[in-house]
Amino acid sequence: MLSAVFSELERIVGPRYVRQSTSDRLTFASDGLPTHRRLPGLVVFPGTRDELIAVVRVLAAHAIPFVPRGAGTGLSGGALANPDAALVVLTRLNRILEIDPKNRRAVVEPGVVNVRLSAATARHGLHYAPDPSSQTACTIGGNVAENAGGPHCLKYGATTAHILALEVVLADGRVVALGSPAGEPWGPDLVGLFVGSEGNFGIATRITVRLTPTPSTVRTLLADFSSLRAAGEAVSAIIASGIVAAALEMMDRSCINAVEDSVYAAGYPRDAAAVLLVELDGMVAAAVDADAKAAGDLLAGHGARSVRIAADLAERERLWQGRKKAFGAMGRLSRDLVVQDAVVPRSALPDVLESISDIAARYRLVVSNVFHAGDGNLHPNISFDATDAELKARVETASAEIMSTCIAAGGTITGEHGVGLDKLRYMPLVFDGDALAAMLAVRRVFDPDERVNPGKVVPIHACREWTGVRRFPS
Amino acid sequence: MNGVLDKVRALLGSDAVLDPGAAGVAPRIAPPTAEAIALLLRTAADEHWKVRVEGAGSWQPADAPADLAITTRRLDQVEAIEPQDLVATAQAGVGWDRLRQQLAERGVWVALDPPGLAGRTLGSIIASATAGPLRLGLGAVRDHLLGVTAITGDGRVVSSGGHVVKNVAGYDLTRLQVGGFGAFGIIVRAHVRLRALPRADQTLVLEGPREDLSRAADDLREAGLIPAALELLSPALARRGGWVLAARCTGSAAQVEAEEALLRTAGGGRFAPLGPEDSHAFWQRAAEALALRPVTLRLAGLPDATDDLLDLLQHQLGDEWISASPALGTVRWSGEATAERLRHLRRSLAALEVPLTLERGPWALRQAVGVFGAYREGVGPLVTGLRQTFDPAATLVVPVHTDE
Repeated sequence: MLSAVFSELERIVGPRYVRQSTSDRLTFASDGLPTHRRLPGLVVFPGTRDELIAVVRVLAAHAIPFVPRGAGTGLSGGALANPDAALVVLTRLNRILEIDPKNRRAVVEPGVVNVRLSAATARHGLHYAPDPSSQTACTIGGNVAENAGGPHCLKYGATTAHILALEVVLADGRVVALGSPAGEPWGPDLVGLFVGSEGNFGIATRITVRLTPTPSTVRTLLADFSSLRAAGEAVSAIIASGIVAAALEMMDRSCINAVEDSVYAAGYPRDAAAVLLVELDGMVAAAVDADAKAAGDLLAGHGARSVRIAADLAERERLWQGRKKAFGAMGRLSRDLVVQDAVVPRSALPDVLESISDIAARYRLVVSNVFHAGDGNLHPNISFDATDAELKARVETASAEIMSTCIAAGGTITGEHGVGLDKLRYMPLVFDGDALAAMLAVRRVFDPDERVNPGKVVPIHACREWTGVRRFPS
Repeated sequence: MNGVLDKVRALLGSDAVLDPGAAGVAPRIAPPTAEAIALLLRTAADEHWKVRVEGAGSWQPADAPADLAITTRRLDQVEAIEPQDLVATAQAGVGWDRLRQQLAERGVWVALDPPGLAGRTLGSIIASATAGPLRLGLGAVRDHLLGVTAITGDGRVVSSGGHVVKNVAGYDLTRLQVGGFGAFGIIVRAHVRLRALPRADQTLVLEGPREDLSRAADDLREAGLIPAALELLSPALARRGGWVLAARCTGSAAQVEAEEALLRTAGGGRFAPLGPEDSHAFWQRAAEALALRPVTLRLAGLPDATDDLLDLLQHQLGDEWISASPALGTVRWSGEATAERLRHLRRSLAALEVPLTLERGPWALRQAVGVFGAYREGVGPLVTGLRQTFDPAATLVVPVHTDE
């Protein structure tokens, strides 16, 4: 079936941009999560919006499933395609189409790299606020699909708060315009529904984003603690105080030492059980300074051994580089790394962190924590060697226990990485059969044949049949 | 119609019947639980009854023709307030004033100032996504919601989201209920995001010709000032002789003090502070006044086109009752309007890529014009598909759109 469309796709995008050799396909067999692999049937790289729409229409005409993919930095196995499916790689659609500084918005193609948009708008005193750790590589289209977060989402909101309008090509090749240029929903909030749908509703061809004024004053504090519990309690104290921090990040000892051993060494104290990175920002220096002082007092009052404020931009950047490159630094610990993602109520952080520690000890695993503490968004990272089947099995079981612990604490299974393939099995733990069936039914409004990114997000077996009443129309 | 009442009594008991109705007047039922609403809607779908949904009855007129009216007013419990996590859970029928009061007692609030009377229900505010002036600095209704439970038109209970502040598990079905006007189910419960009560809260007002105030708002925006609210109010709404640009600054004392200083400078020293009581009364009166005229609309264009939108409104409908956020481009209009005029306005706005949402109005107007309409490319069939998905027997009487 795929061979039948190969030449049609070649005619649209040119021979260089359709690949079917095993070596080419192997390049795209995994994303940022090393525990899942799928070999796509073919890989196509449209170079323009019109080429993308034409590609989708050819695939629709032949009823071929397909998977949209940006830079492949996802951490849930969401951008993997099976051998019967085409992988549609969007990295060539990388044009910033419009920057409208007066109205603080920009229109971009889905393959624009996150950090490039902020660089392009900096001269207007504006930036694109969502800042996932992978922002130097990940694409805005991927961010939209996953509703990506990042440290500064604590104050500025995740991707969904920054998407004003979308042009989308649906699985059947129809093009729809969601939202309005100013961000007001036009009818029901279909933009909000689309963001975070993990590619299941179609492919965004044009994305209108909100730009945020770059704060003129930024203060970054580093506090270190002799216990994870004390650090967790300090987080709760800051949240409850009413101070709205721009970011509130935590790293544990294992993570601190991985960073300090790497080229990203930031000067974190190696003997600390945890460090907190707290950032305050705003347009009014006096107000930011007052908040920074209040936050510093709270940290000290909750057991911080020391609190220091970055003296200048260079020190601030060094502190942040250590945090943002922590995942890379953990590459020093082992061959593979599972970056987990879960959310708990912020007041539950101290207990949950202790439970994760216990789970790690029980399964004899190295777990490093680096996470968005202000949101309660945990990233327990498990270092392992994927070639060791027994070790890999322990990692899987420990991951499941960590998820159960977070759900039991009133939390959920993902805060920013998405469900993809990896979290499918946990979905029934947080949603009942009716909620899952509703999700499936909504997906079928956009994609009745379930051809875009099939087999992700909703575990179909767990959807309740609407017996006794009626089923959602399929 | 007695058959309807008899069946409802058999299902839920006589206590649930608030008003038995009469010839041409639907019985009004106040189910005591979400499960009772689900049971009622399952029956309604099977029996092909039409159901009207009501909250406190203070925002949307309770005038849609139906076999049965369901009010959420007995679902009025604040189930949990967790100040340490800045999260609360409440049933949809709780009055906004009561929710606010209970939250304030714990030192927290939902940072919204929706239009309407004080007793308006939480469910009504979510269903119509009616944020007020604070939307500028503190976010729209959707930004304050973490999860929603709704009962579909055929009685299925669908919970979305959760009660943590960050959550991407599954599709964000909460977004469909926020501003869905009840077309996708009856909202029965919500998890909301809280903030600590602001340590300082100051309102300043500047009165003058509309054009001058628009320029002042532009200058403030250019200066990088984003207060919690910066709202342009028509003279009638502000109860002043001229138009008023009102700024509300909230946050720490240092923050508010600094913003106040900026406002005084940018406004040429003409911004006048209001005392705490005057400030409260000023915003409350404006919020309430928008519910006292027969029709309320909202539209949103690009910020730099706000003046053009106001001119268009003035030309087509008059500009007596207007509240606009020049920095956001959102405008709320209230007054009297015919279906013909609204259709004409919606067409004019669609050409400018500006959506018009009919937030409230008499049934005849809602039915003739639709809550939404003049969609952009390809959206109508999606909305219809979603509507059929969540209300397959078209039980819920909601005139979503008429012109697709």
